[in-house]
Amino acid sequence: MSKNGDGLAVEAHGLVKVYGDTRALDGIDLAVRRGQVFGFLGPNGAGKTTTIQILATLVRPDGGTARVLGFDVLHGRREIRSRVAVTGQFASLDDDLTGYENLVVFGRLRGLSRAASRRRADELLTAFDLTGSAGRPVRGYSGGMRRRLDIGASLIVTPDLLFLDEPTTGMDPRSQIQVWELVRRIAAAGTTVLLTTQYLEEADRLADRIAVVDHGRIAAEGTSAQLKAQVGAGTLHEVFFALTGDPAGADRAEAAS
Amino acid sequence: MSVTDSRDVPEADRLGGLLAPAGPPRRAGALAATATFGWRAMLKIKHEPKQLVDVVAIPVVFTVLFTYVFGGALGGTPGEYLRTLLPGTLVMGVVSCTMYGGARLAQDVTTGVFDRFRALPVWRGALVLGGLLGDAGRYLIAASISVALGVAIGYRPDGGVPGVVAGVALVIAFGLALSWLWAAVALLVRDPATVMSLGLAVLMPPTFASNIFVQPRTMPGWLRAFVEVNPISHVADAARGLMNGTGGAAPVAWSLAATAAITLVFAPVALHLYARRA
Repeated sequence: MSKNGDGLAVEAHGLVKVYGDTRALDGIDLAVRRGQVFGFLGPNGAGKTTTIQILATLVRPDGGTARVLGFDVLHGRREIRSRVAVTGQFASLDDDLTGYENLVVFGRLRGLSRAASRRRADELLTAFDLTGSAGRPVRGYSGGMRRRLDIGASLIVTPDLLFLDEPTTGMDPRSQIQVWELVRRIAAAGTTVLLTTQYLEEADRLADRIAVVDHGRIAAEGTSAQLKAQVGAGTLHEVFFALTGDPAGADRAEAAS
Repeated sequence: MSVTDSRDVPEADRLGGLLAPAGPPRRAGALAATATFGWRAMLKIKHEPKQLVDVVAIPVVFTVLFTYVFGGALGGTPGEYLRTLLPGTLVMGVVSCTMYGGARLAQDVTTGVFDRFRALPVWRGALVLGGLLGDAGRYLIAASISVALGVAIGYRPDGGVPGVVAGVALVIAFGLALSWLWAAVALLVRDPATVMSLGLAVLMPPTFASNIFVQPRTMPGWLRAFVEVNPISHVADAARGLMNGTGGAAPVAWSLAATAAITLVFAPVALHLYARRA
């Protein structure tokens, strides 16, 4: 795909992040191959968002190393930032602006000319079925519309790597299916996707590989089938429960499916 | 499952051609990024015109009130008094909305959109500087309303168009110096409501304890001393001189010195505080 051949999109060793008394990350190792959809699965507070923030160069790790698309997260920030896109819980849109204006602003900030960012905004609004709401402030958007625009904003310039932080949390089933299908299309076009989720079904359906994360550590990693075999359990729910001891997580997954 | 999924997702089919490889990554230059953030600030003013209520109300209320209620007593006739008052309420109108940009910045750095901005490969000062461009737009609106209202009720600036333009430019420059101050405050307190109330509390006293409404001749000595060093008085004097075509260079020089001093102190502080977060 690029100078790193078929190398790794993400490579992390022993990532540590401490907030006060809490070790949010307690030695995370990750290897995500280019072109994969990689699922980062875990309950609330497991360290999923912190990991993405470090990989997107928004937060500095307190320990460990990470390379994204071949660039070090501490020394290659500009290189990484120009090749990745972040969307989800913590990185969001400008509520006061319309959908169209949001896309044009991000297009300009991505280095597109005025004309190109307007054209791109129109294309994305059409593709995401948002033309009818393009002129309305994002504040009034439904959760599904918002997330579609959010993902659209991450595709203004097709990224090599897309971070999706809990892309379907709080969504109705129909919007959830829409987002899943979008993620598949994005991955099929060659973008590596790293998504976090609390929903087992989401990881099971979308991800080529899954890392189960709990208390800032990777509890298990592999394909969905491997994880099931590893614990000798029939469903991913049981795997999740066996690994994290979190019945609440399993409940949420039930609710999501 | 994919059959059901695809039928439900028309946009996924339209996405294909849009995901072409982007080629070598591009970057927005510092100027383009700053201009974009400035445009965004102006869009926010456009979408929330209610934030202009104060910007419009303060110069209008104080100009009309003081001209007709106190004008005769203070300046001989309302028309005479307007020559002194109007450049002053222009200063007041601009100064009293200088904290809005800070409040915006406090809101920006505490919401999710800030993370999205930070994740972009753009010069990090662009958000703050772009915000100042938005402030300049807001000050220009406040100033235009003051001048238009003044002319409507009988103010005739003898300095002509060049004098008015120079006066307005000087006042806006002073406003932008205060923008830096409020940007620094905003990055410290990180709460829009706190920035707004601090703004009112801090700006109101020196606005009245100035020569905007009355000359300090009748004030007690300690207050007169304050009024005479108050930069707002100098800026008001400079604006009067330029707009009425009567001024000497001294008030203009003092105003520019105050503008430069405030900027030189607070711009580095604001940018430093911002860099820590970006």
